[in-house]
Amino acid sequence: MNRLFVLLTILIFSASAAWAGAPVPKELKDLYFGEALYYAYQGDWFDAISKLDTELTQHHGVDEPERDTLYYHVNHAEFAVGDFELAYRMHQRAGRAITAVIEGNVEESVRNEAIFRLARIYFQKDQPANALYALERIQGAVPPQIRPDLAFLHAQILMANGRFKDAAGILQGLRDVKSLEGFSTYNLAIALIKDGKEPEGRQYLDRTGQLKSNDALTLAIKDKANLVLGSKLLNEKNYEGAKQVLERVRLSGPFSARALLGSGWADAFQGRFARALAPWSTLVTRETTDASVQEAMLAAPYAYGKLNVFSRAALLYGSALEEFSNEVVKLDASIKSIREGHFLRALVREELKQDANWVVKLRELPQTPETYYLLELMASHDFQESLKNYLDLEQLRKKLGTWESDLHAFEEIIEQRRVYYEPLLPAIDREFRRLDSQIRLRLGQRDRIEKRLKAMLVAPRPDYLATEKERLISERLALLERKLTGAGAALPSEVEGRMNRLRGVLHWNIYTEYDRRFTEAHKHLRDLNREVEFLKRQYTAFVRTRQAATQSYEGYDDSIRRQRFRIREAKEKVGQLIARQGNMLETMAANELTTRLKRLTEFQIKVRFAMADSYDRASRAQIQEKVSK
Amino acid sequence: MSCWQRGIILVCKKLFFAFFYPSRGYWREWQKKISLTHLSRLSGLGIAVLLFSAAAYGQGISKEQIKGLDEQVQDIKSDVLGIAAELNQLEEKLLYPSHTQFAVFVSLAGGETFRLDAVEVQLDGKPVAHHLYTFKELEALQKGGVQRLYAGNVRSGEHDLQVLVIGKTGGGTDFQKSERFKFNKDVGPKIVEIALASQGIILK
Repeated sequence: MNRLFVLLTILIFSASAAWAGAPVPKELKDLYFGEALYYAYQGDWFDAISKLDTELTQHHGVDEPERDTLYYHVNHAEFAVGDFELAYRMHQRAGRAITAVIEGNVEESVRNEAIFRLARIYFQKDQPANALYALERIQGAVPPQIRPDLAFLHAQILMANGRFKDAAGILQGLRDVKSLEGFSTYNLAIALIKDGKEPEGRQYLDRTGQLKSNDALTLAIKDKANLVLGSKLLNEKNYEGAKQVLERVRLSGPFSARALLGSGWADAFQGRFARALAPWSTLVTRETTDASVQEAMLAAPYAYGKLNVFSRAALLYGSALEEFSNEVVKLDASIKSIREGHFLRALVREELKQDANWVVKLRELPQTPETYYLLELMASHDFQESLKNYLDLEQLRKKLGTWESDLHAFEEIIEQRRVYYEPLLPAIDREFRRLDSQIRLRLGQRDRIEKRLKAMLVAPRPDYLATEKERLISERLALLERKLTGAGAALPSEVEGRMNRLRGVLHWNIYTEYDRRFTEAHKHLRDLNREVEFLKRQYTAFVRTRQAATQSYEGYDDSIRRQRFRIREAKEKVGQLIARQGNMLETMAANELTTRLKRLTEFQIKVRFAMADSYDRASRAQIQEKVSK
Repeated sequence: MSCWQRGIILVCKKLFFAFFYPSRGYWREWQKKISLTHLSRLSGLGIAVLLFSAAAYGQGISKEQIKGLDEQVQDIKSDVLGIAAELNQLEEKLLYPSHTQFAVFVSLAGGETFRLDAVEVQLDGKPVAHHLYTFKELEALQKGGVQRLYAGNVRSGEHDLQVLVIGKTGGGTDFQKSERFKFNKDVGPKIVEIALASQGIILK
């Protein structure tokens, strides 16, 4: 029982802070992490997890993680993925992710924060012993921002484990924490009461019931404290005190109907039926489907009866009977509607999901009569979880369908690329091979020139730097000499002198211009190197593009085949689970409506008898009045 | 009044008082209901709803059934997330190869209060992305989320990026800002971040 008290508060709390675990880093360095946060802030958990998972996988796969931008946020990201999984109600995976952080080589404060989150998961999954065991592992520094929440969670877990005294001790220290306003004192009250300290506990209920706040959750817990305290006082027949406390409950709050009903009974028990009529008359004007309203519809004529206004009582019984009959018809229609599948169809309507208060909106829609009576059921934890699972499965079904189409599109793209590239590539490859051999040849030449120039630094060779013209002249001189001395004849002295002069001129030019030519040769080599660099870049770009061309249509078949198989399998499984989850929701809803139907049918019978009695008394009163006249 | 009529009236009276006179038994029942109320649980719906009784569906569905199905749902979510991760990689490899990949991310500068209505991006003079923001998206940006507005492919070399932002200032006046940037695409993927502020647009 006590656990339920605690669960109420944590559920209210978790509703207020859907995802408070991982605020954005001060300086975001990894844009893909920022993208995951973008989806998370919109409550799109699937995409948030999928993006962050991909980013983390890539980060862990790189050779030098410290050069990756995620390196600066990796702990944060590991936490965030656990938080997202928790928000997506994947408690098993979230637990594993957080355990990995705890067991990893992380700072004490990071580890303690991870333990806090793990304990919260255990607690939410109704495993208080595990939650307590986890919290006992916290040692050393705790990040300041989680300290109050950690203490509050600790107290809740202790309560869930039946250790109310210890819980009360912790909660005493949280009484003045603004973020826990109302919740700390309410839980403290419950812990003290459960610990046998009823008067102290009531004091805290009273204190909670008199809080001044504008926060919706604080006001809700305030109303609740008043309702609990009021019911206790009623039980002790302290009707005046009960009425005072119950009147503190807001008329617009979620507990108002119950408080109005109780307030009326507090008067009725004191025989003040006329005063009891005030809250009950307010209550009967409200939504008929509310159980308290239905009860007030019977209580009000009962009070009139007690005031001897039998005719009014009879009329009110009559109108209650009519209302109940209408409601019975509505309930019958609702049960039928659920069995025909309308309920599930209404739940998955897209436009509803745009509104945070969509379950309430659902009620306003036409063609969803079943939802009139299901508001309370829809608010229950189990129904909510089942409903969210159903909606998640529906989302998965849609995604899998889209992915199947995507695979078809991918195959089409691949095919078009194949058709385009395959005829072109053989000719391109041939041309490339030709150019490649030319390039290699030229590069070989360059290397040889470089080697030779280097050698000339040590052993100068001016002849290597003779110009083309000089080489031709030198060859022609040699040829002439061979011709003239061909038949063993001696070279005429005049010719020989002229040839020697020419050779002398050549030699002079080559040797005197050697330094200049050597410098120029180096300059040309540097120019050549620049050209070679450009050539190499072009070459690499071509090779990359050529590879990309092949990779754009080759090597996908296995991957696509595997994906298609996995998608088909997942689709089948999702289909089965949707059917089971839908059936569960319909059964829950139908059972709830059947219970309400039975209750109303009983009411109808009782109202008929009460109405007959009132008419009987009214007519007797009339007769007596006539007789006395 | 005949005998049977009197009998019926007697039965009516007994039933009436049994039900409406708040006897100890009845009151105990009512008290039980009150206590069930405060034991009831509110869920993610917020506070708009109140449970008035213990879950009636419990008669037909056990906690174990709910838990068992929930675990199976968690398993299939895990499987589908695995498929999504592989598909993400396949999509990136197939559609945005690393040597031509170009992506534009949009963020809001810290503390900005202007209302962003739309962003349009032109790459080398051609419109490539246009996005109208919903309230949820704007809120996600304001909290520090980053949106991948465009993913595509460009050649290596210099490119021109033009960004047009349409919105309303904190005071409610319409505003429109446009900026032109040059960026250079190398061999690897090129990722740019456009940080939007009421003063101007910054390319990071």
